[in-house]
Amino acid sequence: MSLGQRVATDHQLARLLQIGAVLEEVVESRAYHHLDSFEDEEGVDDDVRHLLEHAAEESAEHRSRLEALIEELDAETVPYEEINKLVEAQYAQTKPEDFDGLLYDQLCNEETAYKFYDDLIEAIEASESEFSIDREQVLDTLRQIREEEAEGVEDVTEIMERRA
Amino acid sequence: MNTADQYLKAIYLVQRMEDGPAATGALADMLDVSPASVNEMVGKLQDRGLVDHEKYKGATLTDDGIVRAEDALQTYCIIERFLANVLEVEDYRGEASALEAVIDDTVAERLDTIIDRREECPDCFDAEADQCCYLEAPAGESAD
Repeated sequence: MSLGQRVATDHQLARLLQIGAVLEEVVESRAYHHLDSFEDEEGVDDDVRHLLEHAAEESAEHRSRLEALIEELDAETVPYEEINKLVEAQYAQTKPEDFDGLLYDQLCNEETAYKFYDDLIEAIEASESEFSIDREQVLDTLRQIREEEAEGVEDVTEIMERRA
Repeated sequence: MNTADQYLKAIYLVQRMEDGPAATGALADMLDVSPASVNEMVGKLQDRGLVDHEKYKGATLTDDGIVRAEDALQTYCIIERFLANVLEVEDYRGEASALEAVIDDTVAERLDTIIDRREECPDCFDAEADQCCYLEAPAGESAD
């Protein structure tokens, strides 16, 4: 058991980036599942459809930026198709009950991603370890993604407030 | 998971293994810290009403402490199961221990949407083996 909030090795860094990539895959897959299962329900207007499509596209883009870093660390990511299958298998039990639940799920996705990148940035900053890839390059990428997640939180919140 | 939650989880597991209070030495071994650090944190947890501490015997979780410890253990279970079954990491126990400090419980909740965890979690956690008794170790190669 480790009590330190530090990323000390290439291996740990790669593992955390892999987790980030899976989180993005979960967001992407769940957004498409939401679009499929709520398509015919009242209340899914163009704003919400656009929100989900944008979330899915942005997650795919974040994933590819993380994959580039992971590759440089000589590791691999879990293919999207595999994560999509896992989401599919559990979606019936974890599907939001209604439209408000869908927006809340989307808000959780964005907030969770933000929290993950924020913690990871802090853990890298707290470490004095040298990695085989440029530390600033990793931090820059993660900070950019974190910023986009913060914007995502704002986008969902705006829609929720408009509907309240 | 923050440091306090890691301590609560360790006290919970040692209590289960010992069937009694968690001794300072056992906690120090499990957490890989000094006995002085354990005493300091146990004192803080006692002040917060999460632990009762009896001199020469050890720490016992209060009802509030048990709730927090079980939540922390669930988060740990999710991380272990995710590493073993999704990333197919062979040393999922060692890596879960190393990563638990960086993985927030909200992140674990998201990862929980793609893993197959039993409803009785964390009762099915085997403290001696440091893993869920239903967890199947990865058979294939790791995603390293």
